[in-house]
Amino acid sequence: MSYNNEMIEKYRGNFLKEVTDNVEEGDWVKMCMQCGVCSGSCPLGPHWEHPPQEIFMMIRANKREEVLESTSMWMCTSCYNCIARCPRGLPITHIMHGLATYSRRLGLAPQQQPTAKFAQLFWNNLAKTGRVNELKLGLSLYFMNGFAEGVKTALKMKNIGLNMLKTKRMTPMEMLGGHGCKDAKGLQAILKKAEELENVRIGKSGA
Amino acid sequence: MSEVIATNQTILVVGGGISGMTAALEAAECGKQVILVEKNPSIGGRVSQLYKYFPKLCHPKCGLEINLRRIKTNRNLHVMAMTEVNKIEGEAGNYSVTLHTRPRYVNENCTACGACGEAVETEFDDEYNYGLGKRKGAYRPFNQSYPERYVLDPAIIGTADADKAKAACNYEAIDLDMGDSETTITVGAIIWATGWKPYDAGKIQPYGYDRYKNVITSVEFERMLDPHGPTGGKILRPSDGKEAKDVAFIQCAGSRDLNHLKHCSRICCMASLKQTTYLREQYGDDTKGTVYYIDIRAIDRIDDFYQNVKNDANITFTKSKVASITEDRETGNPVLHGVDTEGYDRYSNPHELVVLAIGMEPSVPADGFPMPVVLNEEGFVELDEANGAFFAAGCSADALDVNRAVQSATASALRAIQVVNRVAGAEG
Repeated sequence: MSYNNEMIEKYRGNFLKEVTDNVEEGDWVKMCMQCGVCSGSCPLGPHWEHPPQEIFMMIRANKREEVLESTSMWMCTSCYNCIARCPRGLPITHIMHGLATYSRRLGLAPQQQPTAKFAQLFWNNLAKTGRVNELKLGLSLYFMNGFAEGVKTALKMKNIGLNMLKTKRMTPMEMLGGHGCKDAKGLQAILKKAEELENVRIGKSGA
Repeated sequence: MSEVIATNQTILVVGGGISGMTAALEAAECGKQVILVEKNPSIGGRVSQLYKYFPKLCHPKCGLEINLRRIKTNRNLHVMAMTEVNKIEGEAGNYSVTLHTRPRYVNENCTACGACGEAVETEFDDEYNYGLGKRKGAYRPFNQSYPERYVLDPAIIGTADADKAKAACNYEAIDLDMGDSETTITVGAIIWATGWKPYDAGKIQPYGYDRYKNVITSVEFERMLDPHGPTGGKILRPSDGKEAKDVAFIQCAGSRDLNHLKHCSRICCMASLKQTTYLREQYGDDTKGTVYYIDIRAIDRIDDFYQNVKNDANITFTKSKVASITEDRETGNPVLHGVDTEGYDRYSNPHELVVLAIGMEPSVPADGFPMPVVLNEEGFVELDEANGAFFAAGCSADALDVNRAVQSATASALRAIQVVNRVAGAEG
């Protein structure tokens, strides 16, 4: 049984409990009094499918798939305006990131959401050597949406790239592996162990 | 000030607002000796600054008139204005209280004729009107003030204005040599009724009370309606003096908010509902009122009032805590931004005037209480045995409307009477 199905089985019909148990800071969701100040304060508010206070209401209303498959929580830019203004002290930013993490863990996160995609690219890039390879990260972003669009973006950014080379803000040598931390193997071992521990904590088997 | 004689069977009431007056009168009319001290030059408190009460929409002037009559005719009650409590020592049934009285510079000869007020020139922000208007350096706080005497602002002492005031007085009522005085009295019980103050609206940063002229508080709005008030009873915009017919009311401005006051201030829902009726009274069908709220807390019999306002086609309710206010520079209109949580619709609504239904903060002396007192987490005085015979009345005890403040005051009067009766019984 998939992890998602396991969770559906476990919390059948009680999504609020599922969120409380599994989402970072999720136990705060029940404290929301639906005043709407977070949604009104969000600078990206108009672009969210469901603003935070609507998400909280949907969680209580058992809209499990609609919440977890939503692109909304991936829109959060961590500006903390909502946390500063929330009259009941909900750590809204953290809950949004918690929901995003949980939906990804269940395999329900939207595949084409740019923030989600970028986060994965950034992580893959970083975890390899322990340092961010900006050249590779930049290029992988260009080609995030396919080869043709990648070439188009690269051409558009050509002058900036050349200027960066000229002023030594970027080196083409990074393409060949690039710089890294002292013990990249050790780092990878640490990350692997951390993932194992995390899987034990959340009760996810064989992942 | 005549000599104060007090014994351990005397009850001290601190604060001369509706709660303090009620507690003092209830005790005095039971035959107890009562001293009522008030920090300001006049008793009356914040209720005297209201245009109308809810839910009956009668005028507080009327109730104040009745209370003043009761005070004037009661021999057991002694009022000391411009007086604060500095120190309280002792225990239930035997407290030694040090009172500090600021100089009024006007003695008992004053007939409140107003000649000194006409003579002086310097003007100050009028506290009674929350700074919306000006008053002279020699003034009567408001036209029902009691003691019925003028008062000189300490800032004019030593200036030519003080001499002008003295010269203008035909009754030798002005005494520029008056100084501060301290009195120590013995009392058996203390009723603390220092009431509340409006929460500092400037601290609610997104609402821009300190930046936008057309964002005012509910207490200031009340002052506008007073026919003798700063706008002569008209609802006008502070920025340009134009009639404000499209008015927004923002509920929970400072209340029910961990960043500000944690508690529900209880009065604001009804206050705003009441204030929507002012709009209709003044501009009839020509007006538009919008109430932005989280939930309307009008309970019991005042729910009828809420239903009536809801049925008014010109008043709309938007279920939303307003996120922020900006200003339309051209018109001076505040623009309210937020999300209507019924339907999740985003709005940016301009209004001519915005009234913040401001929260109630307990009014605590600047240097703290003059004796150790058990407070709750919101800063209100608890009913706790450790407080001895120190009883809170009205808004010192909780956020209360006038109705419930009077009930609370009567209850604390009874508690104080029980203490002094016990003292009397012990002494035979």
